[in-house]
Amino acid sequence: MKSIFKAIAVAALGLAVFTAQGFAADTIKIGSAGVISGDLAPYGISALRGVEIAVDDINAAGGVLGKKLEVMPGDDVCKPEIAVNMATKLVSDGAQMIVGHICSGCTIAANKIYKDANIVVVSPSSTADPLTLSGDHPNFFRTIAYDGAQAKLMSSFVKNELKAKTVALVHDKGDYGKGQMELVQKEFEAMGGVEIVLFEGVTTGAVDFSAIVQKIKRSKAEVTLWGGYHSDASKIVQLLKKKRVKTTFFGGDGMYGDNFTNLAGKYSEGVYATGPNDTSNNPLHKELAVKHQKKYGEDPGTFFYNGYACVQALAAAAEKAGSIDYDKLRAAMFDTKIDSPLGPIGFDDRGDVIGAGFSVYKVIDGKYTQVN
Amino acid sequence: MRWINILLGLAVAGILGFYGIRELLADPVYFLELFLGGLVRGSIYALIALGYTMVYGIIQLINFAHGEIYMIGAMTALIVASVLGLWGWHSAVIAILAVVFAVVYSCAYGFTVEKIAYKPLRTAPRLSALISAIGMSLFLQNYVMLAQTPEFQPFESLIPDFAFWEPYAHIITSVELAIIITTVVVMILLGMLIKFTKIGKAMRATAQDKIMSSLVGINVNNVISTTFVVGSATAAIGGVLIACHVGQINFFIGFLAGLKAFIAAVLGGIGSVPGAVLGSLVLGISESFFTGYFWSEYEDVFAFTILVIILIFRPSGILGKHETQKV
Repeated sequence: MKSIFKAIAVAALGLAVFTAQGFAADTIKIGSAGVISGDLAPYGISALRGVEIAVDDINAAGGVLGKKLEVMPGDDVCKPEIAVNMATKLVSDGAQMIVGHICSGCTIAANKIYKDANIVVVSPSSTADPLTLSGDHPNFFRTIAYDGAQAKLMSSFVKNELKAKTVALVHDKGDYGKGQMELVQKEFEAMGGVEIVLFEGVTTGAVDFSAIVQKIKRSKAEVTLWGGYHSDASKIVQLLKKKRVKTTFFGGDGMYGDNFTNLAGKYSEGVYATGPNDTSNNPLHKELAVKHQKKYGEDPGTFFYNGYACVQALAAAAEKAGSIDYDKLRAAMFDTKIDSPLGPIGFDDRGDVIGAGFSVYKVIDGKYTQVN
Repeated sequence: MRWINILLGLAVAGILGFYGIRELLADPVYFLELFLGGLVRGSIYALIALGYTMVYGIIQLINFAHGEIYMIGAMTALIVASVLGLWGWHSAVIAILAVVFAVVYSCAYGFTVEKIAYKPLRTAPRLSALISAIGMSLFLQNYVMLAQTPEFQPFESLIPDFAFWEPYAHIITSVELAIIITTVVVMILLGMLIKFTKIGKAMRATAQDKIMSSLVGINVNNVISTTFVVGSATAAIGGVLIACHVGQINFFIGFLAGLKAFIAAVLGGIGSVPGAVLGSLVLGISESFFTGYFWSEYEDVFAFTILVIILIFRPSGILGKHETQKV
């Protein structure tokens, strides 16, 4: 008797799986891979919301190739080893396009899976150079400028606007932070006229950064450049101010945003950071901000618009190619031009975005304000 | 064998001493700043290591959930301070109430964790209790993440920057000073508790032999519970002070801090209260000097290297003598 029940149960389960797949065939599945828990969650959640709203908009306008889009969120906690597992899961669950990942280290690790599965990947936030420059990731595109562009901006601003002669480069030993500082180092060496007096990595999440702060003080660097994220940046900035070290703190987009100014509070005053161009005058940008406010009850986060643009680009390319077949879709990506909330953007032959760049911001009265 | 050890020790001490004195003479201010920074860092480790070492001393269990108790202490203080701040209470009252609430909450958690996760496994192999501890640690982390928020929260220092201290604040801030003083006070109080009180005597007896102690009328369960409560209280105080120092908290802060404190406790001789403090200071100061004079990239590598070297020559840590002198 028991075994008959078992057989029925298995059959029912099998049926359930089949029906689920039967329905799924009518949608195009977009895997939204990123970090939605852990301390970097604000970045991933902002992008995921961009993806969700873009999918809603496109579906409301009739979908892509006559099919509705469907979002499959995934969480990698910004850890490469988890990202690989998650990528495998997304692929086996039938994801046909990927928006993600958020952290560069995760994107690099997971992209092997997507490449082998012939899936086009568009990241809203992974800025590490090798993704487009190494040639190892032909299926990869991004709607954010790469670190090299940011490094150029940072180094020229430090030299020409801040008129610094000595700089200290400090990073968090991660793919993103260390990579960014190495690029900045190359830029300074190529430009000349600015001496790098310190190049150090610190342990992220440490309880105390006083030794590195003393080291920065001893190096007498006029500007301290930081490669890493907002939480460590906030700890270092606080100590620098408390120990009265005279140096200007300057970070990348990993510490651009309200989450940094909230954490560091009064100590954030006068800190510089590079961040994506301010596109708040773009009409679509304004419209989306209102939609976000209505749906989630707060202002959009850091990568919301980039996430939106990722889906737009994928949808436009699919329409253009008339198919979501890998080769056709990939080829169409290069010719796609879209009116995104970041302004009109396209992709160059490496997969890097054309038309979206970085600006320099300074914290004035507790808010990042554009200065260049 | 013994004289080789002594000789090696002397050689290492000689080299370190030579370089130390040379650097001290070359730039005394920098040397002292690094030393002070290391002292603060060591005290931070010590505040957490004390709880580790007490629990280990009694039941030979590495309480991996201890870092989470520390995190819960800091979280509680943040919540209490924010609420009272909204009501516009005086900052001194807020600080005291926040610490009191943090201690009470953490003690309650420590007590409950022991009852739920460790007591049923007291006669089981030690590995089972260890796995249970790791499970408890993960559970508490994720519980706080879901109940509160995954994001970093700013933590306004509860200890104000006193005006009279301003001229010296760049040498050592008031929070850093509070951390060092608290560590010393807590260490002395714990030492006195263990040496001179009745419960301390019971603790030492339980550490030596649980069965024998219960035969002579000691309520072993009560003694173990008390140890967890005392350990949790020190963790909570540490949590509040450290959160004041770094100015932010989230659900994950207990992990790295707990790991370093655990290394410090092993370094000093796990089970020994002065050992935990000594190990923490050795670790903190040497990390600080290593970052200051060499490369901060390899700070953690260096910390673990010290641990390995000390354990090779003194397997039970700097102050860990023999099995019977625990707690």
